[in-house]
Amino acid sequence: MPDPPAIEAHDLTKRFAKGNVLALDGLSFETPPGTVLGVLGPNGAGKTTAVRILCTVLVPDNGRAAILGLDVVRDAVAVRRVIGLAGQNAAVDENLSGRQNLQMVGRLSHMARGQAKKRAEELLEQFGLTNAASRSLKTYSGGMRRRLDLAAALVAQPPILFFDEPTTGLDPQTRRDMWTWTERLVAEGTTVLLTTQYLEEADRLADQVIVVDHGKVIAQGTPESLKADLGSTVLLVTLENSENAPRAAALLGPLGTRAPIVEDTLVEMSVENGPKAGSEALRVLDADGITVLGLVLREPSLDEVFLKLTGHRADSGPPAVATQASAESVGPRARSAR
Amino acid sequence: MTTVPADKNAALQPSGRLEGIGWLVNDSLTIAWRYLAAMLRLPESILFSAIQPMLLVLMFRYVFGGAIRGVHGSYVNYLMPGIFVQTVAFGAVISAVGVAEDIQKGIIERFRALPMARSAVLAGRTLSDLTRNACSIALMAGLGFAVGFRIETNVPAFLAGLGILLFFSWALSWGFSFIGLVVRNSETAQVATFPILLPFTFASSAFVPVQTMPGWLQAFAKYQPVSQVVNACRALMDGGPTSFHVLIALAWCFGLVAVLAPLAVRRYRRPA
Repeated sequence: MPDPPAIEAHDLTKRFAKGNVLALDGLSFETPPGTVLGVLGPNGAGKTTAVRILCTVLVPDNGRAAILGLDVVRDAVAVRRVIGLAGQNAAVDENLSGRQNLQMVGRLSHMARGQAKKRAEELLEQFGLTNAASRSLKTYSGGMRRRLDLAAALVAQPPILFFDEPTTGLDPQTRRDMWTWTERLVAEGTTVLLTTQYLEEADRLADQVIVVDHGKVIAQGTPESLKADLGSTVLLVTLENSENAPRAAALLGPLGTRAPIVEDTLVEMSVENGPKAGSEALRVLDADGITVLGLVLREPSLDEVFLKLTGHRADSGPPAVATQASAESVGPRARSAR
Repeated sequence: MTTVPADKNAALQPSGRLEGIGWLVNDSLTIAWRYLAAMLRLPESILFSAIQPMLLVLMFRYVFGGAIRGVHGSYVNYLMPGIFVQTVAFGAVISAVGVAEDIQKGIIERFRALPMARSAVLAGRTLSDLTRNACSIALMAGLGFAVGFRIETNVPAFLAGLGILLFFSWALSWGFSFIGLVVRNSETAQVATFPILLPFTFASSAFVPVQTMPGWLQAFAKYQPVSQVVNACRALMDGGPTSFHVLIALAWCFGLVAVLAPLAVRRYRRPA
């Protein structure tokens, strides 16, 4: 019999009586051990509900889910012994010190007293909290608190970790630290399920990504394959003035795989061979006397994958018109690349 | 906690019912420790929660002491059991607020994802409340003795009275934890508990004899649990027929725990 998946969900549904919200609508996925699964989706997509069901905190209305083959409802106690939870919902006790918090989690994970103490010291050291260990959490900065939160999830060295939006609201430095720690854990064989609104985060950490919207998976694959589905390289040309834009688009059209999108002085298109198309574009426009201020070639981002799949951006609630949002997401980037 | 496997890395695995009970004890003690440790980190909160019952003793002793008549013997002796019961009753608000705050802040979410015994959060909560109540009663008794309170019976009877008092406080902790679990918000918990507390503590035999109240109120005031517990304490500390009052008070305490504890635990276990 083959090993069970680290985390599996089959057709999970969950409706909240309050407001009659259908939070999960047939969510299914699987992830093998030792990998990072990125769960990508906007606020209210059902990411946190899914995590809460997988962590045995919430019971699904329908469907089933298992951790290392252990059913999250039937074998809930066994599941709790193999998981760690960190993120926006699982808090630490702010009236206790960092050390006390970690020792408490150790004792509640049924470690012997001495073992819980030792593990707390190890983690404090690992997360650079030794100096603040005996201070009340009330004096901790947001970043320190988040580090302690992560440490609390690691106390019992669980093989499966759930990080629910672990870097939301964090400063860039702490965010990068979190990424490094996550990568280290995965290198040691831990399976991580990470929910995020940040595409950059999923892109950097995840082996597999599922895109969730309205409580179901609307796309899945590696970050690369999802981006590849969009096609090819993105070519952005910035012109001196917008009057030339339609003519430039017409000239560049044959180079692209789809019709170019024009927005003010910006022409955006997908091309097969980036460098070749780039130099060709410059030649064609120059020959016609159109002044080019900037030219950018880049891989499509998960941002664009998300936009294409859902019709709205990851961090915006209501769906936006695709072309408008596209221009927003692309505009500043193109300018800064000049 | 007799069996500790040699495995240094993983959390211990359960293997039987006995260990299940051992863990319930372990987890409850850990949770009780959590609340007490948090309290010790806030010395000012200990100070203020100690001042309040002490002020009550002084106020009732010196402000109302002269005005309230119709009591045989010393009013201090009449009063002290009443203040004891009132203090543990109002102290139970802390249970409701504490539990609601835990839900609000999300720490219950972490507990639910840990392999701990499910009833341990509430068992630990009520255990820490019991410890806190024992301290404040000791403090009040000490001050009471300083302002004229005397045991008219004997020390074992007095201690038995304190025992009933603590039993009652423990029953209330379960009930108020249940309120905290239901309202899920610390401010709501605070205001939700007062309409329950006020009639029970004041329309009782805690401060004045029930006979001075109008007839319709007497019916309630005479039989409700606060009065019964006050009567039992008063009999055990100040003298008078004891066995009847003590039995009624114990029946109330057992009854309340038997109803409120399962109610609270069921509410806690109910998946949100």
